[in-house]
Amino acid sequence: MSKQIDIKDLDIFYGDFRAVDGVQMQIKPRSVTAFIGPSGCGKSTVLRTLNRMHEVIPGASVSGQVLMDGNDIYGPGVDPVNVRREVGMVFQRANPFPTMSIKENVLAGVRLNNKRLSKAQADELTESALRGANLWNEVKDRLNLPGSGLSGGQQQRLCIARAIAVEPEVLLMDEPCSALDPISTLAIEDLINDLKEKYTVVIVTHNMQQAARVSDRTAFFNIAGTGKPGRLIEFNETSAIFSNPDREETENYISGRFG
Amino acid sequence: MPTSTQITESGPTGPGSAPEAGPQPPASNPGGTRPKAVVRPGDRIFSAATLIAGILILLILAGVALFLLAQSKDTIAAQLSDPTQITGGRGFFSYVWPLVIGTLISAAIALVVATPFALGIALFTTHMAPRRLAPMLGYVIDLLAAIPSVVYGLWGIALAGNLTGFYLWLSKWFGWIPIFAPAADGSVSQTGRTLLTASLVLSIMILPIITSLTREIFLQTPRLQEEAALALGATRWEMIRMAVLPFGRSGIVSATMLGLGRALGETMAVAMILSPGVLTASLVVSGNQTIASEIAQNFPEAAGLRLSELITVGLVLFVITLLVNMGARAIVARTSVKGS
Ligand SMILES: Nc1ncnc2c1ncn2[C@@H]1O[C@H](COP(=O)(O)OP(=O)(O)OP(=O)(O)O)[C@@H](O)[C@H]1O
Ligand SMILES: [Mg+2]
Repeated sequence: MSKQIDIKDLDIFYGDFRAVDGVQMQIKPRSVTAFIGPSGCGKSTVLRTLNRMHEVIPGASVSGQVLMDGNDIYGPGVDPVNVRREVGMVFQRANPFPTMSIKENVLAGVRLNNKRLSKAQADELTESALRGANLWNEVKDRLNLPGSGLSGGQQQRLCIARAIAVEPEVLLMDEPCSALDPISTLAIEDLINDLKEKYTVVIVTHNMQQAARVSDRTAFFNIAGTGKPGRLIEFNETSAIFSNPDREETENYISGRFG
Repeated sequence: MPTSTQITESGPTGPGSAPEAGPQPPASNPGGTRPKAVVRPGDRIFSAATLIAGILILLILAGVALFLLAQSKDTIAAQLSDPTQITGGRGFFSYVWPLVIGTLISAAIALVVATPFALGIALFTTHMAPRRLAPMLGYVIDLLAAIPSVVYGLWGIALAGNLTGFYLWLSKWFGWIPIFAPAADGSVSQTGRTLLTASLVLSIMILPIITSLTREIFLQTPRLQEEAALALGATRWEMIRMAVLPFGRSGIVSATMLGLGRALGETMAVAMILSPGVLTASLVVSGNQTIASEIAQNFPEAAGLRLSELITVGLVLFVITLLVNMGARAIVARTSVKGS
């Protein structure tokens, strides 16, 4: 229920603009991988290639390979819709569907798979997904109210519940806590720790303490200057990156000295 | 009041920026008012201008209503003293209700035919069409709105002749439905200039309004909502169903209501196409009349009481339109997307 991701020679383009150049990395199953780096270095871009959300942007394209347990998701005949059903995503800003109730939000992805759910199954799945996202106790009495009535942190956890309700192989998170207060952030970090028991988790964060707290391995991306492509500079065990990085660039970034 | 605009505001900042690019603060209290010590001249001018514009609209509306009412006084007097004076000889209400029904039926048919097409075209141009084709389709639709009604009328007359065969077929196979029933001798309109033809032309006339408005609404679907659906593994159509349509629901209702308003009031085309007659349930035989067309066809020769009658009929149309719009407001208020 959790896949290994191999990224090989991945170049990512927006139209003619080469946003990211030559990424190579191997993301282990049942682990948390953090992407860090300065703004504009391509963290979100790389993340979004892992579930083919990148190509939703007009003109965007990719060359190279992304292998999920050995199968190239960019291979011929692969339907991006199927890729996205296996690779869940949580966005920087919580985006529950405003017209749907909390319960319908959780079930939205499952209903897409054309599964007929009995009422009992639906209730059970709602509860387990919401428990998995650490939200059950807060919302169990108002499952039929709109998801947009929750607090920002709760909405973000609702989005996580929605993503894990379909039991994906991989969960991608793009700065999931950047709009949240410290308490909600902590709740989500705890949650990420639980999630890695079942899923391959990749998280983009600007918060280095957060990367250090939640991730097993960390990838540092950097950019040589505006208009230049972002590159993967260093990818290693989180402890190594933060205590004893190989590259001076990484060291400078982590200690707050840029350039 | 949480309206759909807020959702738009909470969306991504622009087409060029990735939705999650850069940390953004959560939407700050949109409805909040804070006491302001300084009133800037710009603000004051702007609020005065909007106030004047608002009052002006109300005044014009009231003026129209008053004018219609004042001009109707002869009819009202006749109705009260001697209803047989009124056209048809059986009082004003017997005269006007077939027109009201004709108006409502033609507008309703136009709406039922036009709305699905309009939504389809709007969705196609915003979410399906190849990127280079989409704007062109948009222009073509907008062009339809610029064609004068007279041209539609001429086109409708030409169309009518070609529809007689179709109407005959309808009356043969679907004649058991009252609206497609043939006349007593089994025939349908020889010229094809029936209320159904007029309604079909009306539907094409209101198509551009509904299409352009819904297109604008669909374009404003928050990118974040669309991506939420896609990231769950929605196909394009599923994404439209989960994100685009719910978000646009109240806008779709308003757009349709604007189309309905146009269909109710459209005069020239109907007056040219329809050969009027008494109210009949069947839409494929000649007969029926709409308010606007009745006024247009009789106004040039009308004088005295007849003139006043026509103006009173206009007043009735005014009231119908007002009611329709109020109904639409109520629906829009109820279907607006609440939330973030
Ligand atoms: N939709 C887009 N169209 C064109 N260029 C884009 C788009 N999104 C991002 N880019 C460009 O791609 C590069 C990488 O952007 P990306 O959003 O991946 O950066 P990031 O590392 O996630 O930054 P941040 O930390 O600010 O979120 C930037 O130069 C950016 O300008
Ligand atoms: Mg980013």
